[in-house]
Amino acid sequence: MNAPVLRLYVLVIVLFGLLVAFTSRWTVFEAEALRDNALNRRELLQEQKIRRGTIRSADGQVLARSIRRPGDIFTRRYPTDDLFAHAIGYAYTTIGRAGLERSRNDELTGRRTELVTALESILGRSDEGDDVRTTLNSKAQQAAVGALRASGHKGALVALDVKTGGVLAMASDPSYDPNGLGDPATFARLNRDEANAPLVNRATQNGYPPGSTMKVVTAAAALDTGRYRPDSRVSGENGKVISGVPLNNFGGESFGDIDLTFALTNSVNTVWAEVGEKLGGSTMQRYMERFGFYAEPPMDYPDQQMTASGVRKQGKLVPMTSDQVDVGRVAIGQGDLFATPLQMASVAQTIGNGGVRLKPHIMAKAVDPDGRTVEEVKPEEAQQVISRQTARDLTLMMKQVVREGTGTAAALEGVEVAGKTGTAELNNSGLNQPWFMCFTPDVAVAITLERFQGGTGGVTAAPIAKTVLQALGQ
Amino acid sequence: MSARNRELLALVPASLLLTAGFAAIFVQQSAELSDVSLTYGAAFLGLCLCVHFVIRATLPHADPYLFPLVAVLACFGLVVIYRIDETLAREQAQWFVVGLVLFAATIVFLRDFRVLERYRYTVAAGGLLLLALPRLPGIGQQVNGAYLGVGIGPISFQPAEFGKIAIVIFLAAYLRDTRQVLVQGSRRIAGVTIPPLKHFGPLLVVWGGAMVMLVFIRDLGSSLMFFGGFLALLYVATNRLSFVVMGLGLFGLGAWFFANTVGHIQNRIDTWRDPFDPALYGKPGGSYQIAQSLFAQADGGLFGTGFGQALITQPNGSPILPAPQTDLIYAVITNELGLAGACGLLLVYLMVVERGFKIAMLARDSFSKLLAAGLTAVFALQVFVIVGGVTKVIPLTGVTLPFVSYGGSSIVANFVLLALLLLISDQARRPVR
Repeated sequence: MNAPVLRLYVLVIVLFGLLVAFTSRWTVFEAEALRDNALNRRELLQEQKIRRGTIRSADGQVLARSIRRPGDIFTRRYPTDDLFAHAIGYAYTTIGRAGLERSRNDELTGRRTELVTALESILGRSDEGDDVRTTLNSKAQQAAVGALRASGHKGALVALDVKTGGVLAMASDPSYDPNGLGDPATFARLNRDEANAPLVNRATQNGYPPGSTMKVVTAAAALDTGRYRPDSRVSGENGKVISGVPLNNFGGESFGDIDLTFALTNSVNTVWAEVGEKLGGSTMQRYMERFGFYAEPPMDYPDQQMTASGVRKQGKLVPMTSDQVDVGRVAIGQGDLFATPLQMASVAQTIGNGGVRLKPHIMAKAVDPDGRTVEEVKPEEAQQVISRQTARDLTLMMKQVVREGTGTAAALEGVEVAGKTGTAELNNSGLNQPWFMCFTPDVAVAITLERFQGGTGGVTAAPIAKTVLQALGQ
Repeated sequence: MSARNRELLALVPASLLLTAGFAAIFVQQSAELSDVSLTYGAAFLGLCLCVHFVIRATLPHADPYLFPLVAVLACFGLVVIYRIDETLAREQAQWFVVGLVLFAATIVFLRDFRVLERYRYTVAAGGLLLLALPRLPGIGQQVNGAYLGVGIGPISFQPAEFGKIAIVIFLAAYLRDTRQVLVQGSRRIAGVTIPPLKHFGPLLVVWGGAMVMLVFIRDLGSSLMFFGGFLALLYVATNRLSFVVMGLGLFGLGAWFFANTVGHIQNRIDTWRDPFDPALYGKPGGSYQIAQSLFAQADGGLFGTGFGQALITQPNGSPILPAPQTDLIYAVITNELGLAGACGLLLVYLMVVERGFKIAMLARDSFSKLLAAGLTAVFALQVFVIVGGVTKVIPLTGVTLPFVSYGGSSIVANFVLLALLLLISDQARRPVR
């Protein structure tokens, strides 16, 4: 009878092997899917017990903090209400997370990834998160939100530190109050409001036709390739044929042969469209990619809340080399080109920083409950976009714009501002998308307003940029 | 080294494991290391030593590894239960002592276990009565739709745990007598071996019993365990795979029939197939339990969250993982110790099973062989049924994880099972004079 006993033992081994296989399936192979299962509230419940770290502005103002509730759980409070809503986002067990609360969740919940601290996590999951200090400046943010609101139009503004890439202000109007958003009914109501879309971060999520601000990118490509110089002369005749269709200058004004500095100062469409067309799709594509177009911005912000800038047909990105693309019109910010305010701010930052594009970031550092700095975000180079000389030339050209061109409304005392206006025409009856993009040696700003009847960038957007620059002590 | 000295030495790591386990939990709970864990470890070692000396005196030749392996399982269970609920752990510790006493008593008073063979029908009747008890009005208790418990005053127990031993004793005794006729009296009809009805009759009764249990006790798990044990014994006794296939076919037929007619079983199968169906998930007695079990295991990953780290209750105090100390204790273990810890536990069970089958192979007479093989098979099946249920290999049913789950009846009954195995082993390994 020993043979069947042995076979029975083999059967038991097989059955136990099945148990090991299924345990592996749930713990390893399908663990990710189980954790993401909508019915699984374990992680949220676990995190509810963690005192999330406090988020502060660069000047020490508390932007988000946790308060203890009965039953040893914590909920989030946002003392500045709707002021920093889009940058900071929210964190609730009911509706999930957004903004910095989402992208820096690991720091805020005290989850460590380094090997040294892995030992701590074996001994016990920390129930206190790290505090996060941001690069956001509360004065600048206040100025930006106030000015956007006063404009009476929806819009967005991004201000970056030219030398570090830190986000100094990020405003999107209309905004929302993250307090009380944990109530799913409130969240659903705001989410349904498609007319105002208050939950959308217009600074990072919405692409708009950038209009003439794009001429800076075209100019950068023109100078950096060495094919043009600031004093190269191009015909600024009105009604030049670009891609088989006549193109008009603003107000139908016609120019003779003018140099590029003059063409940028006065935002002459026909000059820059010709330059773009002569440079060609692949060169334009190369420089746009260097500036960060056609990719999600490398910022510490949720991917789901950022959009790549570039030419889009039916919502899909199309490269400049495609024959569907009108390179000349893209060169002047039209032709189905869409750019986010963050993208244009990044362009300004790059030129202001001698051609080096830095990764934008919102977090400055993370500080653990004992006051030790556990993580510091240092300026990180994304790419050398253009040569230092090109950046210098371009800066001089853009200063001319503010000194005597279309952007005089942004001129400041004591510091020279380099800028570029933009007024993308949305239809033939004067409905515009005004833009302004500028930088000083320290601060880069991009701002746009939605659907402004008769509004031009120089008149409507430039003053808002100026307000923010002033709030930042420029 | 003699068998008993090996057993004695093997008890030391078991006690150290208990000490270390409690120490880990104390550190977790109060962030300080107290000497209480040492006290617990010493008490555990003391108890095991007492039992060891009983074995040394009465069963000098018995298998030296079984008792230490079971001690490891029991102390592991104590630590995990303590981590879930301190009061339950204290009760479990008391049951552990009761189990050890009953274990010693069985060894001392049942020195000649072959008397069981003579009382096979008495034992069988007793077993069936035990199985039927939970359905008796007044004392029966229904848990999650299954009738498993019996409550008399403040004491409640699960008679099926003892029933399984009784049934195995009966089957071992019955098959010892009839195994020859079952094999030789068979006729081959159309290539299929058909056993003689006269001798097969009582076995059909057992099949019927399993089916009745399925309907009346409403417990698919216990029924699977009993019938599986029966088939294992039948196979060992006759060495005829065709009998097993026939048996499985019959069981499958019955299970399929009842799955389609009895709502409770149907529900169990639906929740097994698709635990994440929102309709089933929200239903009382629906798939919430198995879904949470899988979520808890996913949380554990390769190495687990660490002792005392698993999320068991929600912040408002209500449990997120139902029955963590009994049915779902394997999910808690996987959550806290990960795949590695779970595999370690299964390995210990496999080692117990290996020792059990080894005893069966060494045994010198048919009854001992069948009894050892049957007890071991039932033990292994019980582990498979509950761990398989928790890991969604089969539909989840409420049986305990032997020696680890909380439950007095379970730990006491399994200690009796262990005593029987050691009794057989002592006789098998005794040098022939």
